[in-house]
Amino acid sequence: MKLAVDIRKTLHAMDRTFTLDVRFTSDDDLIVIFGPSGSGKSVTFQAIAGLVSPDEGQITLGGRTLFDSAQKVDVRPQARRIGYLFQDYALFPHLTVRENVGFALGDPITGHLSLEAGQAVSELLRSFELSELAESHPKQLSGGQRQRVALARALAKKPELLLLDEPFSALDPLLRDRTRRELLAIQARFKVPMVIITHDPADVELFADHLILFENGRAVEDLSQSARGAASSDRVKELLSRLY
Amino acid sequence: MLGQAMVPLLLTLKVATFATLLALLTGVLFAFVIARYRVPGREVLDAVCTLPMVMPPTVLGYYLIVVIGRRGWIGEWLWDHLGVSLMFTWQGAVFASAIVAFPLVYKGARAAFEGVDRQLENAARTLGVAPSGVFLRITLPLAWRGILAGGMLAFARAMGEFGATLMVAGNIPGKTQTLSLAVYDAVQAGQDDLANFLVAVTSIVCIAILVGSGRLFKKAWA
Repeated sequence: MKLAVDIRKTLHAMDRTFTLDVRFTSDDDLIVIFGPSGSGKSVTFQAIAGLVSPDEGQITLGGRTLFDSAQKVDVRPQARRIGYLFQDYALFPHLTVRENVGFALGDPITGHLSLEAGQAVSELLRSFELSELAESHPKQLSGGQRQRVALARALAKKPELLLLDEPFSALDPLLRDRTRRELLAIQARFKVPMVIITHDPADVELFADHLILFENGRAVEDLSQSARGAASSDRVKELLSRLY
Repeated sequence: MLGQAMVPLLLTLKVATFATLLALLTGVLFAFVIARYRVPGREVLDAVCTLPMVMPPTVLGYYLIVVIGRRGWIGEWLWDHLGVSLMFTWQGAVFASAIVAFPLVYKGARAAFEGVDRQLENAARTLGVAPSGVFLRITLPLAWRGILAGGMLAFARAMGEFGATLMVAGNIPGKTQTLSLAVYDAVQAGQDDLANFLVAVTSIVCIAILVGSGRLFKKAWA
């Protein structure tokens, strides 16, 4: 699945302006966007998901145009088929684990699950080891459980791309390593391309088939796996150290 | 005495119920639009929506006469085309009470909508749900306690409405005489027993409503 992003957006906050000017293309299944906070990673995600409209540019996913300022195309977020794992998971506090996971599969207005959709939700809960927590509310869950609910919810409707905004930052350090491996297993099972935002070098090591470095609203370096090779890990280290 | 109190009490409950429903429908709509959209003249609109809270009820009553009176903007059309007038009817009292109660719903609903995390609405949209579904499945369920609490305050306020109601609907026993108007009449006529009884009934109903809405408010922020 080829993802092509070429967007510009100027943001105003109080008396400061921030200009995002990002360009990258990738057909790798694991893309890592790495950079310090405030470098424009999250805004880029919001633009890909359709939650923010760029001032100009194009975004295409697998030949589908999601945004094109010249042709006045701006596909609504609900029609983009892009999953989004928010940094704080954004679980719906008033719904149970089962209702959260089944949110995308229920009736658009009432949320009612058909028999078939209900079975699909049960299957998801089983594969994410959440069956026992089905009737719990998000408040009652641990950090790791919350993340599994958010992942199951985002994958329920089989998105064509999954965006993960710092998926491990809210987790206990001891849990991070295990969760990273689980995420790789999920990627293999669901065969969904993933873009991961992180500022943890450990994530780069494990996930980056394609590494994109962000700095001051720009994609300053773009290293695909073929370009990186084995010898390039030194190059990555050098780049990471420059950013810190 | 109970009989003398029952007629205005039932009328008051009827007027307050319809007035609250009207205030809820319009108040929630205005609150949602102002909380979520960058409408031009937002601050002025917010001030206008809050105005009935601070203006003398007689001024509101006068505005209402200008609008729904027989020669008013809407009133004239109603009279010419449908042959009805809201002046000196219980429906007119509903309008008067609804306007006075509106800011309570509006304020409560606006605070409730602004308290809903936008990220949750965004998450729902990325899950393929259209804005109407997001509103009904996320925004409204997360804001309903605040809205309901505002609605209960509005009901209590509508029950006690006096000034605007008097100007628009008058004080016709059995037709437009609500509890607060009946109390005024009883005191003026020196019927102290009746006045005491009416005052006690009004106080008990209002205290019950405030205790109820206070509980809802507490849970809303827990």
